[in-house]
Amino acid sequence: MISYLIRRLLGAIPLLLGILTLIFFIINIAPGDPTARYFNPNVAPEVIEQMRRNLGLDQPLHIQYFRWVTSFARGDFGNSFGQMRPISEILPTVLWNTIQLMLISIIIIFVVGMLIGMYQAVRQYSASDNFLTVAALFFYSMPSFWFALMLILIFSLKASQWDWPIQFPASQMTSVGYEFMAPGEKIWDRLMHLAMPAIALGIGSAAGIARYMRGSMLEVIHQDYIRTARAKGLSERVVVFKHALRNALIPIITLLGLYLPVLLSGSVVVETIFAWPGMGRLIVDAIFQRDYPLVMATSFVAATLVVVGNLLADVLYAVVDPRIRTE
Amino acid sequence: MVHSQTDLEFSPPEPVAGEDPTAGTKGRTPVSGGHLALSAVLPGFGHLVRGEWVVGMVFALTWAAFLGVAFIVWDRIFGVFGGPRTPFDGVLAVGTLGALLLVVWGGALYDLAVRAKRPVKRYGDSQWAIATRHFRRNRIAVAGLVVMLVLYAVTLLTPLIAPFDPAAQGDIVQTRYLSPSFEHPMGTDKFGRDVYSRVLYGSRISLSIGFVAVGLSVLIGAAVGSVAGYFGRWTDTVLMRFTDMMLSFPRLILLIVTIALFEPTIWLVVIVLGLTGWMSVARIVRGEVLSLRSREFIQAAKVLGMSDARIILRHILPNTLAPVIVYATLGIGTTILIEATLSFLGLGVQPPTPSWGNMIADGRDALLTAWWISTFPGLAIVITVTAFNLLGDGLRDALDPRLRT
Amino acid sequence: MSIIEGQASRRVAQGDRALPDVDPLSGADIPLPPPKGDSDLRGSTPDDVEPPADALLVVRDLKKYFPIHKGFFSRHVGDVKAVDGLSFFLRKGETVGLVGESGCGKTTAGRTILRMEEATSGEVLFDGKKVFTMDRHDLRRLRRRAQYVFQDPFSSLNPRLTVGDALREVLTVHRLARGDAAQRRIGELLEIVGLSAEHGVRYPHEFSGGQRQRIGIARALAVEPDLIICDEPVSALDVSVQAQVINLLQDLQDEFHLTYLFIAHDLSVVEHISDRVAVMYLGRIVEIADRDDIYRNPLMPYTQALLSAVPVARPGHKRERIVLRGDVPSPANPPSGCPFHPRCHHPLKDADCAKIVPPLADKGGGHFAACIKVPLGSAD
Repeated sequence: MISYLIRRLLGAIPLLLGILTLIFFIINIAPGDPTARYFNPNVAPEVIEQMRRNLGLDQPLHIQYFRWVTSFARGDFGNSFGQMRPISEILPTVLWNTIQLMLISIIIIFVVGMLIGMYQAVRQYSASDNFLTVAALFFYSMPSFWFALMLILIFSLKASQWDWPIQFPASQMTSVGYEFMAPGEKIWDRLMHLAMPAIALGIGSAAGIARYMRGSMLEVIHQDYIRTARAKGLSERVVVFKHALRNALIPIITLLGLYLPVLLSGSVVVETIFAWPGMGRLIVDAIFQRDYPLVMATSFVAATLVVVGNLLADVLYAVVDPRIRTE
Repeated sequence: MVHSQTDLEFSPPEPVAGEDPTAGTKGRTPVSGGHLALSAVLPGFGHLVRGEWVVGMVFALTWAAFLGVAFIVWDRIFGVFGGPRTPFDGVLAVGTLGALLLVVWGGALYDLAVRAKRPVKRYGDSQWAIATRHFRRNRIAVAGLVVMLVLYAVTLLTPLIAPFDPAAQGDIVQTRYLSPSFEHPMGTDKFGRDVYSRVLYGSRISLSIGFVAVGLSVLIGAAVGSVAGYFGRWTDTVLMRFTDMMLSFPRLILLIVTIALFEPTIWLVVIVLGLTGWMSVARIVRGEVLSLRSREFIQAAKVLGMSDARIILRHILPNTLAPVIVYATLGIGTTILIEATLSFLGLGVQPPTPSWGNMIADGRDALLTAWWISTFPGLAIVITVTAFNLLGDGLRDALDPRLRT
Repeated sequence: MSIIEGQASRRVAQGDRALPDVDPLSGADIPLPPPKGDSDLRGSTPDDVEPPADALLVVRDLKKYFPIHKGFFSRHVGDVKAVDGLSFFLRKGETVGLVGESGCGKTTAGRTILRMEEATSGEVLFDGKKVFTMDRHDLRRLRRRAQYVFQDPFSSLNPRLTVGDALREVLTVHRLARGDAAQRRIGELLEIVGLSAEHGVRYPHEFSGGQRQRIGIARALAVEPDLIICDEPVSALDVSVQAQVINLLQDLQDEFHLTYLFIAHDLSVVEHISDRVAVMYLGRIVEIADRDDIYRNPLMPYTQALLSAVPVARPGHKRERIVLRGDVPSPANPPSGCPFHPRCHHPLKDADCAKIVPPLADKGGGHFAACIKVPLGSAD
């Protein structure tokens, strides 16, 4: 298995290189110029030329490409055109913000999804099962940004209009006066701010997991070894939680890594709506501003996350299914 | 003529698998000329008179619905043909309405006249026939299919049935931000435009983008997957590495990067959606092709001297269609969601052309005071995508296990 | 030397050739007695013999190895020697049965001969022309003259085509008939194999296994071939149906002057239809002779064991079975010398058997056997 993992890791390198090349290619075909913001009649053309030279834009394409790749390999992502400071300063905070969001989201997705799926499987064909199936389908078909807006509408705006006891904040990561709060209050504040974005981000995937889980549990429950467990006299709770669940979890666990890219895409929209200062919003802003180094860097990070996610899925699969380990 | 003397199987074989699909008259009472005449005037009533309630009601109600629509928009129909120029979608809409009426009318007659009398015919029971039978028994899936057909009919009929022009701005002061009422079932937006009409016109954009983009993805993916699976070795490795590379990238981000850097037009959106969605189809097709390659009928085709192209097109691809159809149906739903997201971000359909996504974005500013602007387009998306998902699930159930014989 | 009558646990103790006291069924390696002088390597091999002028198919030293890749860099560490030097010929109009256990390489041989797989080395001549160096056009023409019937009736037909469409496609590809003429020809073909013309509109899953096999035969007949390689055509069928299909094949052979290479794992199946029989073991032919010679006088210990396993339909008849010890060795790692020697029960087995690869030699009257302990003249 180690050799398998090493091979996968090595295989990821050309993958990342290919992605970098693709992004570089697209960026350079597109119209638009990062120095365009500085065009105005008062600025002399020589100044623009100088700016371009500073940013390295006057070099031929293959030299630019080569420089990008080598500096990325060194970990030097360069400076952001728009913010005029090193990207390696910008990235960590932003990345951490997004990761907070994704973590809470994943917890919600898997816990809620699994519980609902299990419940549905155990009570197959009952009224609640049918209802939950329809509900899951609904949430699965919902655009996450619309759901986010509805959440804001109901739990934030209308809540304050109708004066509900719990009102969720509609944007940002922190409330005003965050620095002055006690640690306990800080955590609560952060959680309140995380709640709606995480739910909006995860609801569709949770519905998907609930569907998978239901199917997986149903398959397992009808197996002979479950019947044997029941015949042995074990309580239904033990049968379900100890025997059935463990086997039903196998395909679901492997999905854990595969949901990373889904969450990353979703975070683009959710962060925009909730003004959450994360990677998603950064990518969008960078693209609109034609901030090439930032676009390359964030795309690279995004692709790395996806590759890591896939690797994680493979590792978990090997961990969970002993048959793979012995290959 | 060679006959084995001890041939026990010489009698004509009975179908081995399942029921006889070609049973003739199904025990119906004979149809008289009077029934046919009644059906010609009032489709459905011929069935009702004979006691076939369900079929009769279906025909009668759809006939009444379409006829009702035609009456309500009568002047619009004249407007289409009477004006200085004949707008193409107006003609399309009228044509669709006429076609729908014809289908219902003809269907009722056909059901009475032809199917009642058809003799027992020995037609082979194809895979598609089996799948259709199983599909029909799954009511929820049939519901999804019906909703989808209704949606596509609505998109075609929109010029006739939308009460207002989607771009018509009313008096800015008087008509803006009106809450839902009888005249404006979904209210008006910031410019006084009727939200309901805009939702209807938005459906055309979303559904056609969905269809074309998925069609493009399926074409590319099927080509790549079948070539990779069939020729194997290096071709397979190279193509699959490329596919994996494309798959490694979160699709939305790739879309945003590409569209934001160029001018967002509808064509660009469709093409880029198509170019980023083929990877899963390629993997599915490749998997199927790999498993088919070892099936002996492919080897038989080779030893019978058929060319590779012929084998791929006539033998392999038709057998890979089933999972592709399922994926494509579910994919239309996903594509609609992605297009809505792009339009929401300003990277898809540009205003003033109505798309469900950019309508939701428009309503964001007035979310508290004019919630209807954002809510109804979203509901439309939910209903549409749900219909496609139901249909896709139903197709998956009907198609998959039956076709492994 | 006459045939050995085997018993389940047979031990030979003859003077200084006594074998140690080990249970022969345990599969443990029995040390071999020292080499003796009675190894007989004389006799012409099929490669020495000129194939007759009317030979439709000549196979010379056919080899097909499948490479094994292992390790981190997928290095080529060895080969699965599926076919390891096959030589025989087929006269026009005769049927040769190719028999062997599962995994002995007979299916691979059949497929390689018709170039469905590329051989590793060797030569196949069809009607005098070399098959392995044919270009696309000649290969196309070969497909019209040499056909193949597959083993599995359930997967050898495209489930999405009606039977008639499948046959029509063959006619179209080879430009044999079109339109109405094609329709008539399809009806003819179906009736030739014992179905009726109306069955053309049906799909494969509506037929039983035996009927599907007939359709497969009809499809092979559609190109009007001279040679048909039948790859275990009846193995997947019920016993009662097997007889019908074999009878059909024989009738077709008489009517259309066909030549068959009949691959099977069951000797009783092959007995009825074959003119000559070849026995394969681990990729090589170990015995080949006229049908009657093989069944009456099997020279190879392996053939004897196979024959002893054939059930006889006579109640009360006690079979004297020779039970072979051990498992079939892996074709990736065949034993040294004679590939059969670890399992062989020949009383004269000695260390020579482990060292010398026995040639397939003519032991008399065209009866070839690959055993150095079978002396020249045993088959007369």
